[in-house]
Amino acid sequence: MTTKTMRDSYLPPGLPAPRPSPDGLDAPFWAAAKRHELLVQRCNACNGSQWGPEFICFRCRSFDLRWERVAGRGRIFSWERIWHPVHPALKDACPYLVVLVELPDADNVRMVGNLLGDAMQQVEIGGAVEAVFEDHPDEDFTLVQWRVVE
Amino acid sequence: MTEPGIKDKTAIVGIGETRYYKRGAAPTPEFQLALEAILLAVEDAGLTVEQIDGFASYSNDRNDPTRLAAALGLPQIGFSNMFWGGGGGGGSGAVGNAAAAVAAGYAKYVVAYRSLAQGQFGRFGQGSQAKASTYPMSYTQPYGLLSPAQTFAMRVRRFMYDHNIGHDALAAISLASYHHAQFNPRAIMYGRPLSREDYDNARWIVEPFRLFDCCQENDGAAAVIVTTPERARDLRQKPAIIMAAAQGSFYRQGAPAHNAPDYGTSNFKGVAPLLYELAGIAPKDVQVAQVYENFTGGVLMSLVEHGFCSPDEANEFCTVENLTWPQGKLPINTSGGNLAECYMHGLELITEAVRQIRGTSTCQVQDCKISLVASGPMVSPVSSLILRA
Repeated sequence: MTTKTMRDSYLPPGLPAPRPSPDGLDAPFWAAAKRHELLVQRCNACNGSQWGPEFICFRCRSFDLRWERVAGRGRIFSWERIWHPVHPALKDACPYLVVLVELPDADNVRMVGNLLGDAMQQVEIGGAVEAVFEDHPDEDFTLVQWRVVE
Repeated sequence: MTEPGIKDKTAIVGIGETRYYKRGAAPTPEFQLALEAILLAVEDAGLTVEQIDGFASYSNDRNDPTRLAAALGLPQIGFSNMFWGGGGGGGSGAVGNAAAAVAAGYAKYVVAYRSLAQGQFGRFGQGSQAKASTYPMSYTQPYGLLSPAQTFAMRVRRFMYDHNIGHDALAAISLASYHHAQFNPRAIMYGRPLSREDYDNARWIVEPFRLFDCCQENDGAAAVIVTTPERARDLRQKPAIIMAAAQGSFYRQGAPAHNAPDYGTSNFKGVAPLLYELAGIAPKDVQVAQVYENFTGGVLMSLVEHGFCSPDEANEFCTVENLTWPQGKLPINTSGGNLAECYMHGLELITEAVRQIRGTSTCQVQDCKISLVASGPMVSPVSSLILRA
């Protein structure tokens, strides 16, 4: 699996930094992102994937869940171009793109991220995208971003 | 053996609203606004304050029922209830819970209320200013997806894509609210009509929403009083009989990080069929509807899911002609609603639904017998209400 990385962040610093849930639910996801690995939760009983994580499998109600690495490839399920900044950090960052990406390799679970590149690009629902890991070393987290597969 | 359910067993007998303000403009604190609205509803009903013995609200209203009861010197309360969830999803739900309490005998005169001074406690339209985010916000906020408009635009985009719905439908919903506000002196947008050109020329907030697709941010309070039709006979107003109230959430709509399996939905797919079943009526029987506008796209999906048109008919159904009083097939948001009267978190939609039954709306539907409210599209849970004459 190839991993893409980027030096500069898509949005300026200052937005709420992601921190693992205090109850431990999603710590492995954020730790893996820093290693540039994409994990989703998978059930050991029925093998179904789910995202966001939960303490129980919604399909078969098993508590026996694992974390599994999945390919960083997906399809755009929905998207939006944001023009009005609702946070001081975004004052000069608009417009920007947010996409909802489904992962065909993980039962079509969906992840939210930014669509890298020109904010005015034409965005196609169903379009193929790949994960890009965006490191924030000063704040000790990595975001999973997306870009269109050429 | 009596039938289960609350059909026709309760009624709204009093409504009260403070003056409505732009956010930050209320001269009094939020708690005082709540008290004022409750007293106005008591007076409207022709009750004495001491008769109030229950409270129901929603969206984590800050104004605690026991503080209200203490402040008002109430002898006792038999019901104090909070509808879970955020946004306006609990407006009809709070009325439904009040009705259930009255039908069950927990209390005799229950107030459903909402007091909200965004100018005093922070704006819903602004993103979190916290330094950190945790589950489930950690999956959205770091990507600049912070506000309700941004959260729901994603759902609306998908619905419009799936059903080939154009911008005219969203525009018509916005224009309907602004049209009705021009008849309503209480409305913030009274005297400020909106043309299609104004709508089209407004700036984008988040595609597919322009400025006038989005609700206002306001200060104010509103309250309604629920009791039985028998007790209503001794009171001042024509009662608005509660035919049915329904609340809830469809399959996994609360799934984190935008993972609800059915995504392009207002979340009424379970609630609306139950509402009609409990009321014993069909969508065609509804003469006027107050449909919560957080954003126009949510109204679009609410109209579909309440059976007023199919998704594929939405372009033809959602026109200014169809949605406006007096000639429309289904006038909606006849006081101006959240977009143009006041974002009183949808409780102002319930007071308007009551006025339609009383015959006192500023956009009064002729001979109005059945009036519907849909509260809180796209949030989880949501709720709906049907009133009759």
